[in-house]
Amino acid sequence: MTKPMTTDVNATNRPAAGHRLVRRRGRQLRERFIEGLLFLAAASSVAITFAIVAILVSESLPLFKEVSLLDFLTDRQWTPLFDDAHFGIMTLIAGTATTTAVALLVAIPLGTVIAIYLSEFASHRLRETVKPILELLGAVPTVVFGYFALLVVTPLLQKIYPDLPGFNMLSAGLVMGVMIIPYVSSVSEDAMRAVPMHLREGSYAMGATRLQTAIRVVMPAAFSGLAAAYILGISRAVGETMIVAIAAGMQPNFTLNPLEPAATISAFIVQVCLGDLPHDSLGYKTIFAAGLTLMLFTLVFNILGYWLRKRFREIY
Amino acid sequence: MVELATNIFDAPGSEPATAALKAESRHLNFHYGAFHALKDISLPVHDHSITALIGPSGCGKSTFLRCFNRMHDLYPGNRYQGEIVLYPDNVDILAPSVDPIEVRMRISMVFQKPNPFPKSIFENVAYGLKVRGITQRDLVETKVEQALRGAALWNEVKDRLNELAGNLSGGQQQRLCIARALAIDPELILFDEPTSALDPIATASIEELMLELKEQVAILIVTHNMQQAARVSDHTAFLYMGEVIEFNDTKKLFTMPDKKQTEDYITGRFG
Amino acid sequence: MTPAPTADLRKLIARHRLWERVFTIVGLIALLIGLLVLLGLFTQLAVTGAPRLTPEFFTSFPSRIAEKAGILSAWVGSLLVMLVTACSAIPLGVAAGVYLEEYAPKNWLTAIIEINVMNLAGVPSIIYGLLALGLFVYQFGFGQSILSAGLTLALLILPIVIVATREALRAVPGIIREAAYALGATRWQMVSHHVVPYSAGGILTGVIIGLSRAIGETAPIITIGALTFIAFLPTPPVTGEFPFLSFQWLKDPFTVLPIQMFNWTSRPEEAFQLNAAAAGVVLLVMTLAMNALAIWLRYRIRRKIKW
Repeated sequence: MTKPMTTDVNATNRPAAGHRLVRRRGRQLRERFIEGLLFLAAASSVAITFAIVAILVSESLPLFKEVSLLDFLTDRQWTPLFDDAHFGIMTLIAGTATTTAVALLVAIPLGTVIAIYLSEFASHRLRETVKPILELLGAVPTVVFGYFALLVVTPLLQKIYPDLPGFNMLSAGLVMGVMIIPYVSSVSEDAMRAVPMHLREGSYAMGATRLQTAIRVVMPAAFSGLAAAYILGISRAVGETMIVAIAAGMQPNFTLNPLEPAATISAFIVQVCLGDLPHDSLGYKTIFAAGLTLMLFTLVFNILGYWLRKRFREIY
Repeated sequence: MVELATNIFDAPGSEPATAALKAESRHLNFHYGAFHALKDISLPVHDHSITALIGPSGCGKSTFLRCFNRMHDLYPGNRYQGEIVLYPDNVDILAPSVDPIEVRMRISMVFQKPNPFPKSIFENVAYGLKVRGITQRDLVETKVEQALRGAALWNEVKDRLNELAGNLSGGQQQRLCIARALAIDPELILFDEPTSALDPIATASIEELMLELKEQVAILIVTHNMQQAARVSDHTAFLYMGEVIEFNDTKKLFTMPDKKQTEDYITGRFG
Repeated sequence: MTPAPTADLRKLIARHRLWERVFTIVGLIALLIGLLVLLGLFTQLAVTGAPRLTPEFFTSFPSRIAEKAGILSAWVGSLLVMLVTACSAIPLGVAAGVYLEEYAPKNWLTAIIEINVMNLAGVPSIIYGLLALGLFVYQFGFGQSILSAGLTLALLILPIVIVATREALRAVPGIIREAAYALGATRWQMVSHHVVPYSAGGILTGVIIGLSRAIGETAPIITIGALTFIAFLPTPPVTGEFPFLSFQWLKDPFTVLPIQMFNWTSRPEEAFQLNAAAAGVVLLVMTLAMNALAIWLRYRIRRKIKW
């Protein structure tokens, strides 16, 4: 029954006949152990989310013992560190909404036009050259953008409109809009490029131009992808901190006028943290309450964006 | 688990029917989720010979081949029933107590497309040894040379063993994959359409190589090319829709098939 | 066929063509706005900051006198914080990516982890700062130290590293995995001998992008309460006496480049704003260089490996 061996080396590492082929405990234990470690690493990301929620909730809860949720949501003043303390988060939300709106007015039209141009009009070479450069725009540290907004864009705007204050939401919003262009354009472009070629060909075959095809066929087909790109842009703008903290001022101001200075939720957190901050101070509690509000906003946008992207992938 | 295994392995009366058997599937059924891919397949694989599996695409021939080294264990939702018995151990290699890694160390495989690792030629061939914990440099070198000679590649690559395997031609890459499979001294080599990605000259050299290799090992080959089966194999099984239609000596099967379906297939009337 | 409709049709087509040309120009202008802002930003910083970009700028501590101030403590701080960030985010992120791509079964738990990673990528950086303030600074008692800052930024870039790792692993074809298994490799051997080494370039690209983001982050570092005026260096990690290595620096207070720049930007005196511009140039050159390196790596990988 033994086979003729061609060389004697063969005998060294071939198992003897009748070898049981049973699973090796040691090897299996080692594999299990490694898998466990890797699982822990992956699960740690869930732990981070839990930690974020737990910290935000637990550190801001004491505030809600002193301030009713109704006041928090309806008061029109946010002066937590003054003697006459008011806790109207709407003040900060108004600032955030205004800067976000300005940013989106820049980023959505420009980002969409760039995406259409790159996806439907530009040559392969132009696209491959321009995309990485555009991505660099999103890689510039936000503190540099803040400097740019405060010391370059605001003086420029003041030449056109001399009454513009040194800190204003307009220049912060404009610069923030430029910063999020690449986020909007790259996700939009991916969505439009994923639209199958046969849809475009159908439109060309009817005598449509590239522009007509892009607007009437490709954009509707890529709708949920485009929506996801815009949502991503909103989420970035809402959470952006340094540009607004530097250029829009950090003083809470209940206004929707972009020509005025105002604090956003994130800018308020920065302003408080710049000062001395004892653990059990009121300021400490308020930044966590502000953070919790911010987290809820971005969570809603993230989930919406995730759902839209998923829906988009399911179609094609 | 281990106690159970002992019972199965030591079960009396399961001696091989013929002495020259290397492996044998007995009433093998295989499911991919809800899809019943292999239906009650019983086939012998003889030692020192080439057994070919032919049949139209999707007939289950590759699925059957991949049962022999438990490749299906890698993906969820796959289910085996029945046994594949490996001789001389007389062990059912599909038994849950059997370690698939151990099985793969004794039964090696050559794939449809050459798939060398993006490492050096030497490292490619030595990989199976590394996995077995063989580290003595001189032994590894001997085995690598032996395997490369066995795969008729030694003379072409002996001066550039440290070059990346990706620089070789397609045919050379496939012979490298055969050398890689040989280096672990397999008892059975599974070939999954090994020449389908190669040109006719490279195909001829692989076929020649298989004929040499069967002096040492048993070979089970899946091929979509009936001429190839007729040229190289000793036994041929014709599979259709997950079932064995006919198993016979290759000469017999291609000249006087017992079944009408086999005849239709080999004369090109369907498939 | 009457000639009139043909003429109408031609006019219509001509109008469509015109619109098409108009859009091409609009598209180019939109692109140019983006690119010009980047260029304008860079030139403005460079021109303003150039007079301050002397060797002394890199070897001096911050000072109340703008002309004497430098970024020595800031760049040393940035370097040490990045070291902590890299040492914690890379192993954790790569391990998580490997688990999700090579091990994870398709079940609800994996789905939760995946959605969670996506969500973490969208959490604003200032929220990570609050997490760090509550957790690292107070609960763990790390204080306002290099360790706290490094860990904070590590959490921030973790999703980037995980996603990049997964993408790089996904690019390795299944047939290579099967080849390893067919030779008797275990899953860990398959991963550690083959899949991870072959995707190292892609993983590295993601790590560099992540670190370039971390090096420019300001908000979370402000949140943990990092001091802005630091006129000394952390304890050196190498000492003269046994055991020659010291980890005291992990506990030291620090400043980093973006914080230094923020500090100078918010001063009203123009002299400090020149310093801010100079620091901005350094910061921008560093992040752009890291990104360019990543882009080049990605390009090279795409050309080199053909599966």
